[in-house]
Amino acid sequence: MLELRHISFEVRDDGPEKEIIHDVSLTVPDSRLVVITGPNGGGKSTLARLIAGIEKPTEGQILLNGEDITGWGITERARAGIGFAFQQPVRFKGITVQDLIRLAAGRALSLADACDYLSRVGLCARDYIEREVNASLSGGELKRIEIATVLARGTALSVFDEPEAGIDLWSFQNLIEVFESLRRDISGSSILIISHQERILNIADEVVVLKDGRLTAQGLREEILPGLVGTASAVPECRKVSEKGDAVC
Amino acid sequence: MLKLDEIQKRLLREVADLHQVPEGAYNIRSNSQSAGRQSTANIEITSKEGVSGLEVRIRPGTKNESVHIPVVMTQSGLKELVYNDFYIGENADVVIVAGCGIDNCGPKDSEHDGIHRFFVGRGAHIKYVEKHYGSGDGSGKRILNPGTEVYQEPDSYAEMEMVQIKGVDDTDRSTKAVLQAGARLVIRERLMTHGEQRALSTYDIVLDGEGASADVVSRSVARDSSFQRFEAKITGNAPGHGHTECDSIIMDQGRILAVPALEANNTDAELVHEAAIGKIAGDQIIKLMTLGLTEKEAEEQIINGFLK
Repeated sequence: MLELRHISFEVRDDGPEKEIIHDVSLTVPDSRLVVITGPNGGGKSTLARLIAGIEKPTEGQILLNGEDITGWGITERARAGIGFAFQQPVRFKGITVQDLIRLAAGRALSLADACDYLSRVGLCARDYIEREVNASLSGGELKRIEIATVLARGTALSVFDEPEAGIDLWSFQNLIEVFESLRRDISGSSILIISHQERILNIADEVVVLKDGRLTAQGLREEILPGLVGTASAVPECRKVSEKGDAVC
Repeated sequence: MLKLDEIQKRLLREVADLHQVPEGAYNIRSNSQSAGRQSTANIEITSKEGVSGLEVRIRPGTKNESVHIPVVMTQSGLKELVYNDFYIGENADVVIVAGCGIDNCGPKDSEHDGIHRFFVGRGAHIKYVEKHYGSGDGSGKRILNPGTEVYQEPDSYAEMEMVQIKGVDDTDRSTKAVLQAGARLVIRERLMTHGEQRALSTYDIVLDGEGASADVVSRSVARDSSFQRFEAKITGNAPGHGHTECDSIIMDQGRILAVPALEANNTDAELVHEAAIGKIAGDQIIKLMTLGLTEKEAEEQIINGFLK
């Protein structure tokens, strides 16, 4: 179980411009899938990065299974059971997909096991396992590999930052299936997804709305989602309209 | 293995992946002496007259054979200059594994300067692997200055992998190549320097015939206070393609100087140079830390991958 208690995050005036989080309290219970939604720039990704330890809150506490992890670094939190899938996956020259999945699993992994994680995210393992995680892979491919690394970790809390971003429609169908399957096997673990997508919101147990760095709604999906449908916080697949007016997934 | 002690065997494993006497043709040079040599029906290895070194003659049409010519030095203060010439017959297809390992536990500098010349016959195909490795905690330096010259006849192909990852204090590498029509040269250099090491690598490649092409990619990491200079020149005298790339990571107080040079003397000579030098991207380290690695472990993984 993850608890955020009165978390605030501010950026100093001379630092780069960043979203600010104001007094956010939130619980992600065990065996629950929680989706954080809300308009762009509302602080969702910052909140995910605060949970992973990439950013440190200026105020408040973060507890994992009752233990205060606020002062812990990224590595300690990862080892304590927090998995994190980046919104924009990182590229590595020379590190193969197989290397990355093995690092994620933290153990020697058979080729068959490594391939299994790729198959689960809809990639034909044979075509990818030996490839480098570099610029030769498309955004959608990198994104699915990123998700596979979190699956391979098998963590108690998995945080996915906008898993649908940069993924085409075909891959999106696959992705939904991945999360549906994660939801089915959630027993004992918990999942936190940052997303605008209605289909992802539809599989949530709880929905949290973050706007301008503040929680504006929080509760069971059945209570929250009806009020969001049709807004920027819950868009049907491929109906999300970018700033330029292009339809994107 | 032959008359080698444990340190020499370890050096051989590092530079030539040799765990036993290699199959095929070989010459193992240990502390300036030949520790073993074997020619085959198609590959003849003989000593040079007048100077130290070998002549390796590969008969035309020789396929799927290999030549190993590793050098190991364990005697502090040894300095040697060796000339090895390789004559690769037409349409041969062979692998040549060279490499030098120096273990210097003494106070004097140990130095191996190897000049390798390759005469690659028409239509021949060679893969050349050269690894350098240094070990030993003596105050004497471990110095390697390899000179490589490649003369490629029409439609020949040469692939050269040059690796120096650890322990060599000072290197001045010079690689020259002249390519005739349709010849192709592919070079992959991997280099890591640390401590106060210095490594210079200079390429001078001339595309002399129509359709000749060269692709030189150097990946390097400079750590601590080490210094590297990568100087790559391609001259296009005929229609063809030339590409050089220097991709480097600097850490600590490491320094790298990349000096590209392209000379096109023909309007259809397409020459490209790319160079990128920078520290390890912060988000790469963060990503690996979110997988449970420490910052140091993340750095090591990134560098290992980069130099793989």
